[in-house]
Amino acid sequence: MIRLADVTFRYEDMEMYFDAVFTAASFTAIIGPSGGGKSTLLNLIAGFEVPQSGRVLIGTQDVTALPPDQRPVNMIFQDNNVFGHLDVWTNVALGISPRLALSAEDRERIDTALADVGLVSFKQRKPDELSGGERQRVAVARALVRDRPVLLLDEPFAALGPALRRDMLDLVTAMQKARRLTVVMVSHQPEDAQYAASHTAYLEAGRIVALRPTAELFAATDIPGLAAYLGDWRSIGQ
Amino acid sequence: MPWRNDTGDVVTVQPLRAPGYLALALLGVALAAGFLPVLWMGARQGAGAADPYILRVLRFTLLQAGLSTLLSIIGGLLLARALARRQAFPGRDFVLRLLNLPLALPSIVVIIGIIEVYGRKGWLGGAFSIYGLQGILLAHVFFNVPLAARLLLAELERVPAESWKLAAQLGFQTADIWRVVEWPQLRAGLPGIALLIFLLCASSFAVVLTLGGGPGATTLEVAIYQALRADFDPQRAVMLALVQFLLCGSLVLLAQRWGGLMGTRASGATAARRYDARRGVAIIIDAGLIALGLILLLPPLLAIIISGASAIHADATLLRASVTSLLLGSASAAMAFLLAWPLAQLAARSDAWRRGSGLAVLAAWIVPPAVLATGWFITFIAHASSTALAASLVVAMNGLMALPFVFQPLSTAIAQAASAHDRLCLGLGLSGFGRFWQIDLPALKRPIGLSLVMGLILSLGDLTAISLFGTQDFMTLPSLIYRQMGSYRFDAAVGTALILGILVLALSSLSERWSRPR
Repeated sequence: MIRLADVTFRYEDMEMYFDAVFTAASFTAIIGPSGGGKSTLLNLIAGFEVPQSGRVLIGTQDVTALPPDQRPVNMIFQDNNVFGHLDVWTNVALGISPRLALSAEDRERIDTALADVGLVSFKQRKPDELSGGERQRVAVARALVRDRPVLLLDEPFAALGPALRRDMLDLVTAMQKARRLTVVMVSHQPEDAQYAASHTAYLEAGRIVALRPTAELFAATDIPGLAAYLGDWRSIGQ
Repeated sequence: MPWRNDTGDVVTVQPLRAPGYLALALLGVALAAGFLPVLWMGARQGAGAADPYILRVLRFTLLQAGLSTLLSIIGGLLLARALARRQAFPGRDFVLRLLNLPLALPSIVVIIGIIEVYGRKGWLGGAFSIYGLQGILLAHVFFNVPLAARLLLAELERVPAESWKLAAQLGFQTADIWRVVEWPQLRAGLPGIALLIFLLCASSFAVVLTLGGGPGATTLEVAIYQALRADFDPQRAVMLALVQFLLCGSLVLLAQRWGGLMGTRASGATAARRYDARRGVAIIIDAGLIALGLILLLPPLLAIIISGASAIHADATLLRASVTSLLLGSASAAMAFLLAWPLAQLAARSDAWRRGSGLAVLAAWIVPPAVLATGWFITFIAHASSTALAASLVVAMNGLMALPFVFQPLSTAIAQAASAHDRLCLGLGLSGFGRFWQIDLPALKRPIGLSLVMGLILSLGDLTAISLFGTQDFMTLPSLIYRQMGSYRFDAAVGTALILGILVLALSSLSERWSRPR
């Protein structure tokens, strides 16, 4: 479970306020206009931003004052998830030990994770020899070996085509189910939310306007701003 | 940017080629007049003329340039990393601006400041001798640590935001960040930066002329000057020039293959936020390194201001040298501009011209000034010497030396203007002078001003050309400073240096305003 309790955060001249609960083992998509604070929400959970007031809890633990590496969190970004000069295997291994001090068991786990994301034959490749989708799979493999209960995704598949995006969502959903992860994903594609997320939050101007089961949220007519944000998409998409 | 008209023909703006060819031809003549006599005389003398003196000078050139580069890179690396890790502290902007100063000021001005602090009668009371190798190294470090720091800082600021977040999430310690993030990023830019600094040190003139000591501590560039002006030994100058040409020419060509000396590598966008080095130890280390940088940089600059203010001798000599400097500088800037303009126009619209011009403007880097001067000396001065001839040679040399710095802002701006306006002008049937007056001039006013000021600044600081061709009654501000230093009037030299420094800084603050996007 992730809980933001009365969290306030100021970025430039936007005052944000978050008070929300993401239940354990749920998959929540966050949608909403650009500049509304979607990435900031993830950064607050991951520890890249510290709230001006309020608390962030993961499970029963208050993580508000913890640095990013001590939070039970993995985060995958839209881009630059890999270090360009290191091969695929080493990039994944960094998830276990930054100094690459690895036991035999660790090595086995890395190999298993690479097999799980379908990159077993790419171990020795450098990132610039991979496609965009394959690079994101490296990030997923690293999240697998790090094995933290919370997975944050910041528009991770925005640069991929529709079919590839589905594949990646399937991969993440399978991982979420198998390990009972709490996933929060920022997305610009409402269909991604509908495809993969059990819950969807609509976020605008630094506030979570609504957080509901996905089907309910997309059917709702009582959420201010949502209709304008989605525009014609609902009638075309359904 | 080709496009098709109604009948389907590809249409592009084709600027006149003739001025471009003329500019290339003039460059070719200047190079040939400098280089062919050297080659011709060198070939006649044969390799047997390579006496031990020349080998000794070559060895010292390589030694001091190598050591200067090594020290500058180490210092620059430490300073750049400290500044990259400390993203916000009061005075950070001031430190960054200070890093630009040593290279923005004429080198003779900076040298005066260094002598005022470290010299025999300096603030430190002459704790060590600043003449010979250690003096040359000190001055080169003073110029190039800030340069290296700035360029390496720009490299570090190109690390993507996500890498810093990943490093924080994966629990990277200082050593891990260095190994996985910082060093790989720096490694890419390091060879080019080291090469640039080596080249600057191998061909540095003012530093070695003023701080070098006798034949044991001289470089090719200065030895050529001495052979021509002091020993009247053109044969020796020619051999030195050939060696210098082989050294610098191959270094420049090497650098061009590695991305170019004139690449725009200064930092632009704001750097991504970092999450490391928040603990006390890291803060103390970084603060210490930045303080060391300030201790290196500030005293000589302050010395010029403090000692110079009370030592300005406003006499007729100073006035005449100022006027001469401004006149020669304006002429050089105009010359460089007239060569750069047609080349930049063509480079904006053709890949072949862009590559060709990029190399052509480096003429005075590939064939270093002293080498050109040797040939020009043999071609012109040996036959008839006059102030008018000397002045035109100084202007030509300074124009060539300033050319890359004049070409750079101009070609960038013209390329932008071309991609913005070419199709529209074709559509409107606007071309030639009408287009220049109504479209290009208003859009390019600032870049034109910027490139002229750059040319003026570089020429105002020149000591090389004026030393090679100047005479007793033909002096610029830098050569007046050098003269005053040599005739035991050091306080007057500091005063003149202050005036030259102020003049150049005023101009560069103007150019800085023009180079900022509107």
